[in-house]
Amino acid sequence: MSAPSLSDLVFFLIAGLTVVSAGGVAFSRNIVYSAFSLMGTFLGVAGLYIFLAADFIALVQVLLYVGGILVLLLFAVMLTHRIGDIRISNRAVGSLPALAAIAVVGAVMAKAVTSAEWHAAEVKPPGPTAAHIGNLFLTDYLLPFELASVVLLSALIGAVVLSRKELRD
Amino acid sequence: MIGLHHYLIVSLILFLLGLFCVLTRRNAIGILMGVELVLNSANINYLAFARYSSGGYDGQIFAIFVIMLAAAEAVIGLAIVLGMYQTFQTIDVDAADSLRG
Repeated sequence: MSAPSLSDLVFFLIAGLTVVSAGGVAFSRNIVYSAFSLMGTFLGVAGLYIFLAADFIALVQVLLYVGGILVLLLFAVMLTHRIGDIRISNRAVGSLPALAAIAVVGAVMAKAVTSAEWHAAEVKPPGPTAAHIGNLFLTDYLLPFELASVVLLSALIGAVVLSRKELRD
Repeated sequence: MIGLHHYLIVSLILFLLGLFCVLTRRNAIGILMGVELVLNSANINYLAFARYSSGGYDGQIFAIFVIMLAAAEAVIGLAIVLGMYQTFQTIDVDAADSLRG
């Protein structure tokens, strides 16, 4: 057992940040703290993506999750809640059955992770990925790419329709 | 040396925490946060397998599709939450039981 290298230490640091802040999301008693812990989780996951040689996806993660989804969640929290009232803001019920359920699921999945013989490929040194991803999007994955734009458009229109009061009445 | 298993275990922990969040929260926004955790853990798996197990870029493409669908899901989910707040004056999912027989 050799001493861990610097990159291993950084990996464990980032993985620890991710897991601890995800625990904050799951167990915090205040919904605003949950939202801010979620930011730590998203940034930690972006760090893991960089470790996995996925620089473009890490950038997309920071832009879209931290810059988009998280801000949207915080807006929804602010718009719908009496923030000061911690008692109602993030109530959790049925913790014990849920803990039992995730213990069972976790045991099965941990067994699967550790016992399966995963196919191992040659690990390439990290390099820029955006050009490869762009090429794949415009060749092999052209149809899903176009469908994705339709999905986004319909989500946009749907959100506008759902949140306009006078249209629902 | 960091390998595939390390990433799989981190993503397993994220998935379990997200599942716990979805199962126990009564706040609709809290449930959405749990769903985001689960989607992030799935994305870690995609990228880990793309790097260590297949060696191509297809996993990264799928991760981008997951992120895109997560954005659409968050937008629609929060619009529904806002509509629910206007109707019930709360976003406690137990309060929305108008359809209960």
